[in-house]
Amino acid sequence: MTTELHADPTVGTTHLPAHDDDTAPPTPRPSLGRPSPDERFAGIGSWVAGLALAWLLTQRMLPLEGVAWFLVAWFLCGLAVTAVTAGMTGGLVEVRDRVAGAVVTCGALVVGAALVSTLVFVVARGWRPLMHLNFFTDDMAGVGPKDPFDHGGVLHAIVGSLIELALALVVTLPLGIGTAVFMTEVGGRFARVVRTVVEAMTALPSIVAGLFVYTVLIVTLGYPRSGLAAGMAIAVMMLPIIARAADVVLRVVPGGLREASLALGASRWRTVWHVVLPTARPGLATAVILGVARGVGETSPVLLTSGAAAFLVTNPSDGVMNSLPLYIYSTVRSGEPAAITRAFAAATVLLTLVLVLFVTARLVARPRGNRRTLRSRLAPSGGWRNRGYDIVRADPLVEMGPVLPADPDNHYPPTSTEENR
Amino acid sequence: MTTLPLQDVRNDAADDVRARKISRRATGADAVFEHGARAVGASVLVITGGVGLFLAWQAYPTLQRYGWGFFTETQWQPESDVLGIAAVLIGTFEVALVAMFFAFPLALLTALYISEYAPAALKPTLVSLVDLMAAVPSIVYGLWGFFLVMPRAAELALWLQRHLGWIPIFRVDADPDAAVWDASRYVSSAFCAGIAVAMMVLPMSCAVMRQVFSQTPQGEKEAALALGATRWGMVRAVVLPFGRGGIIGGTMLGLGRALGETIAVLLIISPAFEIKPRILEIGTNTVSALIAGRFGDASAAQLSALLAAGFVLFLITLVVNTIAAVIVNKSRSGAGTDA
Repeated sequence: MTTELHADPTVGTTHLPAHDDDTAPPTPRPSLGRPSPDERFAGIGSWVAGLALAWLLTQRMLPLEGVAWFLVAWFLCGLAVTAVTAGMTGGLVEVRDRVAGAVVTCGALVVGAALVSTLVFVVARGWRPLMHLNFFTDDMAGVGPKDPFDHGGVLHAIVGSLIELALALVVTLPLGIGTAVFMTEVGGRFARVVRTVVEAMTALPSIVAGLFVYTVLIVTLGYPRSGLAAGMAIAVMMLPIIARAADVVLRVVPGGLREASLALGASRWRTVWHVVLPTARPGLATAVILGVARGVGETSPVLLTSGAAAFLVTNPSDGVMNSLPLYIYSTVRSGEPAAITRAFAAATVLLTLVLVLFVTARLVARPRGNRRTLRSRLAPSGGWRNRGYDIVRADPLVEMGPVLPADPDNHYPPTSTEENR
Repeated sequence: MTTLPLQDVRNDAADDVRARKISRRATGADAVFEHGARAVGASVLVITGGVGLFLAWQAYPTLQRYGWGFFTETQWQPESDVLGIAAVLIGTFEVALVAMFFAFPLALLTALYISEYAPAALKPTLVSLVDLMAAVPSIVYGLWGFFLVMPRAAELALWLQRHLGWIPIFRVDADPDAAVWDASRYVSSAFCAGIAVAMMVLPMSCAVMRQVFSQTPQGEKEAALALGATRWGMVRAVVLPFGRGGIIGGTMLGLGRALGETIAVLLIISPAFEIKPRILEIGTNTVSALIAGRFGDASAAQLSALLAAGFVLFLITLVVNTIAAVIVNKSRSGAGTDA
């Protein structure tokens, strides 16, 4: 045994490792800042080379026709060339980094292209009726689906949408914001029950809200299909959304503001009215406007409850009434090419309405004293770095989604004293 | 000479120092405010809770009458008193799963791009664009899906059938190698509807994911970069593990929305009451499209059956959303580690 051990020549000698972990990598890591000219050339050049390769593959070598195949081929060839160029200067780590970056960027580009294609497609197919002024000043009474575009318009649908929305707002605005105030400012065991139920009801599909109003108001109570019924259906759908969004906004009002007001001797009512609500005002406005944008575009509740009138109706309790989404839906269903063009024009009007509401929400939500550029107006307030300043912003999507919990130290009233009454 | 103030002289020794009485009981305007707020809260509870209770109450006679058959019967034939939601429930999930198949990777990549790759000056604009995408009415996505996407989707479906037709879900009852392929067999399918629904759920999932990614502790990201990680290495080692809850939660939230989507689906599909795994083939149905299509000529009993179907849909959405909310909220447990 011992002789064998001594015979082993490696015992007692030291070997330097072939690979030293501590040496700098053969090529420096790409910097995280602005890419160097070399990197930029390799990046752009890879995609140009990919384009050429894709053209060669799809147009000259393989029987793959059409734009879709060309784009797929461009994507794959671009990735391959990117990987090769990255591998020429670095190792496997660089290859992975570049390819992952390219995939992520392409994914975002696809989403952007889908959004742009939606907007452009709708406007491109619907611009012709919009060129006639009567599209905004006439209704469709006595206008057939094949009539030229200088007859008839969507005034009745626009007016109907606005009336139904106003009715829904009359109900949801005080109730929604009042409930949010109750949940955050009064608190207690009952408020937790209300919050749970309201959060659960945000899951209510809009068609079921419409069916509820249809069953109760129209079938059971015998009320006719009308703008009022449609307004109520939209209200049932919007109420949990607005209540929850307002709750999120009020919860991030710093507790210190409330405590300062109370310490100065203000009553709780005064604190809410003069401190909490003004602080949260832009956020509340955002929440309401985005709820409205959702309500105006929702077709399924009004499909069940309003009926589709072809003429202008201004009295919401007087029989059937039309609205923009319903007009679009019923006109498209008719299948007539001219009618479909009208539907696209109405969709453009609806899109513009939503866009105006959306930009208004952004303008209202912008932080005060930061009104320099147009971009800062359209951008969400608060910014990326300082999340602590998100007082004024209700995230339009989080209001539908889970509520990210507010800072527990900032919460008012303190949970431990809630029951000491 | 000093005179003592008169009050002091008059005071008894017993109650000279006594703290002001503290009460949390609201008085005056506060009481009005508190009770008013409580009343508003109660009325909202009654309204929103009432909807849920009403649905459950209306669903009861249907379930009593049709029993478990309501969940296993595929046909919806009110005239012969055969009602069941098996086919529409499966169809609902098919459309939602197709939507998530497209929406999940795109939402994840877009959220990663916005939070990690995009130039800082561009980020707020991109966030606004995603929010705008969520605000676009569903009928507009329905038009987009019906007129722009469906013809292309049919060609894709044909290609899938030709090359992957041996997988059951890609089968279509039509000859793929016919001289003139029968385009009408490949449109109005769960696949086409799913693409339109994907556009609706994508911005929602993306926003939740992005928000969770943006809460990744800056210190840990910088530590990864300082140790020599590339950008992708940092994303894989820090951002993705940290945002796992947001990824799952955002996806489930999107799924909840996809299950309840009505009008785009109604516009695209052609109704068929059949349990059909072949998603590329014409004809499918969802619960919400069933309600929208059948409410008009429904008798009282059928209306109750539709309400029962709506109640089942509501319960599924509620469960999915609740799980999503729990996952997203739990995922923030490590958020405080940033020093």
